[in-house]
Amino acid sequence: MALGAGDTIVALSSGRPPAAIAVVRTSGPRASALAQQVAGSLPPARQATLRRLIDPTDGNIIDDALVIRFAGPHSATGEDVVEYQCHGGRATVDALIAVLVRESGVRLAEPGEFTRRALANGRLDLTEAEGLADLLAAETDLQRRSAMVRAGGGLRVRLDRWREQLLSLSARAEVAIDYADEEDGSLDNDLSGALGDLSTEIRMLAESPRVEPLRDGIRVVLAGPPNAGKSSLLNALVQAERAIVTPIAGTTRDVIEVPVSISGIPFVLVDTAGLHESDDEVEAIGIARARQETSSADILLWLGAAEATPVHERLIVLLPKSDIPRDEASNHALPVSSHTGQGIPELSTKLVGLALKLLPRKDEIALVRRERDLLAEASDALARAASLTDPVLVAEELRVARTAIDRIAGRAGVEDLLDTLFGRFCLGK
Amino acid sequence: MFDVLVIGGGHAGCEAACAAARRGARTVLVTYRSDDLGQMSCNPSIGGVGKGHLVREVDAMGGIMAIAADRAAIHRRMLNASKGSAVRGPRVQADRRAYRLAIQSLVAASGVEVMEGEVSSLRFSGTGVDGVELSDGLFVSARTVIVTTGTFLAATMFRGDERWAGGRQGSNAANRLGAQVRELGLAQGRLKTGTPPRLDGRTIDWAATQPQPSDGVAWNMALAGNDAPLPQLACAITRTNVRSHEVIRRGLESSPLFSGSIEGRGPRYCPSIEDKVHRFGERDGHQVFLEPEGINDHLVYPNGISTSLARDVQQDLVRSIVGLERAEIVQFGYAVEYEFADPRRLDASLQHRDVPGLYFAGQINGTTGYEEASAQGLVAGLNAAAESIGLVAAHFDRGESYIGVMVDDLTLQGVTEPYRMLTARSEYRLYLRADNAVTRLGPMAIELGTLRGPQETLVRSHLEGKAKASAALAQLVSGEQLGVADKARKPLFEWVRRDDLMDSVRSMLPSSPAVDEAIDDAVYAPYLHRQRVELAVRQRDRETAIPGDFDFASVPGMSTEMQERFIAASPADLDQASRIAGVTPAALSALHFALARRAA
Repeated sequence: MALGAGDTIVALSSGRPPAAIAVVRTSGPRASALAQQVAGSLPPARQATLRRLIDPTDGNIIDDALVIRFAGPHSATGEDVVEYQCHGGRATVDALIAVLVRESGVRLAEPGEFTRRALANGRLDLTEAEGLADLLAAETDLQRRSAMVRAGGGLRVRLDRWREQLLSLSARAEVAIDYADEEDGSLDNDLSGALGDLSTEIRMLAESPRVEPLRDGIRVVLAGPPNAGKSSLLNALVQAERAIVTPIAGTTRDVIEVPVSISGIPFVLVDTAGLHESDDEVEAIGIARARQETSSADILLWLGAAEATPVHERLIVLLPKSDIPRDEASNHALPVSSHTGQGIPELSTKLVGLALKLLPRKDEIALVRRERDLLAEASDALARAASLTDPVLVAEELRVARTAIDRIAGRAGVEDLLDTLFGRFCLGK
Repeated sequence: MFDVLVIGGGHAGCEAACAAARRGARTVLVTYRSDDLGQMSCNPSIGGVGKGHLVREVDAMGGIMAIAADRAAIHRRMLNASKGSAVRGPRVQADRRAYRLAIQSLVAASGVEVMEGEVSSLRFSGTGVDGVELSDGLFVSARTVIVTTGTFLAATMFRGDERWAGGRQGSNAANRLGAQVRELGLAQGRLKTGTPPRLDGRTIDWAATQPQPSDGVAWNMALAGNDAPLPQLACAITRTNVRSHEVIRRGLESSPLFSGSIEGRGPRYCPSIEDKVHRFGERDGHQVFLEPEGINDHLVYPNGISTSLARDVQQDLVRSIVGLERAEIVQFGYAVEYEFADPRRLDASLQHRDVPGLYFAGQINGTTGYEEASAQGLVAGLNAAAESIGLVAAHFDRGESYIGVMVDDLTLQGVTEPYRMLTARSEYRLYLRADNAVTRLGPMAIELGTLRGPQETLVRSHLEGKAKASAALAQLVSGEQLGVADKARKPLFEWVRRDDLMDSVRSMLPSSPAVDEAIDDAVYAPYLHRQRVELAVRQRDRETAIPGDFDFASVPGMSTEMQERFIAASPADLDQASRIAGVTPAALSALHFALARRAA
């Protein structure tokens, strides 16, 4: 989470897609150059200009968007800022952000980083920031406490134990360095077993359920060839005419997301364009997005041929249009018919069953992404340490792991604090 | 009128005086006995892991400790030689007499005036210091004063039931000065240290011990090298045994440590033998290093059995050890309890925050060790000179040197036990290496003008060599040129990270310390990069300065406990504030915005 101040940062600064319009904001020294690459030429400052956004690496069209450029220091952050107002589908937004952050020196903004840059560059009224700070300081503390008391203090107990273990492993590595000439300095230099075990243990928590699915809904992506009946199935599941359902292959050109609650569990059903090669340019973009959606699915519903089934951790293979008689039958596929409603209750049950595995149980620790990332960082450092022999490098990796664990508990320095503090500001404000 | 007056002729005092003189300040050093300058009052060794790093850094700044250590070295040992270069620690055993003479000749050559006398009090004018008064009534006026009185402040010595006043044996205690330091609100508390009995080497059965020869490779502490090395002696190892521990347990009732006479806290990393036996009761033995004190000296320092037990117990203890069955004790061990001044009252130049011109360096600040003392002396000397004759201050950053780590730790965190340098104290250990001290600090030394002619030439030539070596490592070479089936052309500094190619890369480059250093840089590069990113992050917090007159009590929403922590530590910037132990995120955010408001 260390921030290089010279980086150009990117974030979605409007609400969570899908929405009619999404605003993606970039700020930093590379912002203008990026706009030139993606939008073809640099629009005049402070004028909303319609541009076709193109992925510079393959020439694919991302979207048509309004591009507005603010030259620093007269911008919200005091740096060069470029805003892209594009269509608000998740796939469009994701594609644009993916293209932007691919450039070197460009990365996703940390929470609140725009605000922080504004403050650093004197663009934010300090009295205003201070007014917010009282509130924020309280909130930060509350958030920290809430993280600590989550699941009856289960997280804190584990973090404290790991911290102890890390300190004791560090001590064993350090003694070999600072007391090399003494007996104790030459004792048990082989920490790799203990390091590996701890890495695995931390990894297991890092891979435990996230809070986000609970908050944002579990993403169920319907995928399959054109006209496989994805939109009809989606409609049957929502029991509402949300997607355009026509018998012409290739109607759903963009990705459609529909939030729905099944047995009280929040889902987001995602209808993708049919997966096949297409000459139609717009549809081609839709297909590219569909592939992307498939990979980001929490649960994947496959409506295509059994032999073309994609690999996915949580996959339900369906035999759609089961009301239409046909020759081949799959043993594993669940027959469903949007028309007759056959198989829909079974599908719902299956979805709920898979969802329950994704969501935290009542007594289980749920982590936000930041915590998971830090745990993964600690686990990675320990895994590396386990493979090293130079005690100095082992100790260094242990230090990295310790710092990561400390950051979760809010024990670390001002930077981390400010990340948390400013993280309370709305992203991209 | 002197520019800089140094009280004390120990390791901190000598280094401080020479550093001040190098910057051009008219400097006087006041000591009881000029013969005692450079006296090693405890073990006769200089350097080690962490400590050796400090010595090399002091040397890179033009200091005297490394040169004296080389001249007096009778045994060399590169600790951690088999481990990563970042933690290799050069250590020498020094001939006690040769070391003292070397220091005295270096001080004499530096232009420092040495005055014999006892400082009875500091004198002030207005808010600042303006000189000192000696016990014979003489007043010596000075723009700045550096106090380096070590354990001499209100020190008490203990051995069994014996008690006597005085710091080092045979010297007067600076009790009057101590009272004044206390009046100034500087006294913090008491610490404890100790020393082992000294043995007559002629009475040791060396054949029964395990010899420890000096390193085969003749390296030096100082960049300048040494053209008249002394012959090298071996040390030896023996160990205590169950019988020794019985002797100690029986003698504990006479121990001032266990009877409660000594309240001061001793160092955990350098415990007395009675402490070790008490705390690690299950051990059947502890190592004892037999270190010769000099070439023409029969004294042997048995490192590892520091003790304040009664004389007869010490005698029995020594005689219970293999090889020492007939050993004669020349001088018995003892413990010292002494007062120290709270280093949190000092700023990064080791100047007292509230008394301009008054500096503190060395053991009085709660540290232990010659090297720690010398490094602080350097900081205080360079800065006192700067203060009195209007030069640029010397700031040592914790990201750039162990000197910086120590000064930051002391002035920010204070001490609860005698502070010893350990490499674990640095977050940037892979960069702060003993072998690159000149690269790290040389440019600053040149800029501040702290090097004498020949030393500056050496530093410049090392920096040039290093630049050349780095450039050589940047050349693109294919794997095939290095003898592996890889056509890819990559810079040598990438290839050298492969263990199997280290030798081939080395063979393509000349052999020099600068090349070794550049290779180490390359090997550690991925880690160094990560540490540089961390440093850059910290840098931003460092830019948010906390003014000296900042009123922590006025920060809205901060608890009294947090206010007290900040006030005690007096952080100079937000980065320091964030590293104070026990400070909560909420308190830091309140501080951050109070500072922002003040700056607005």
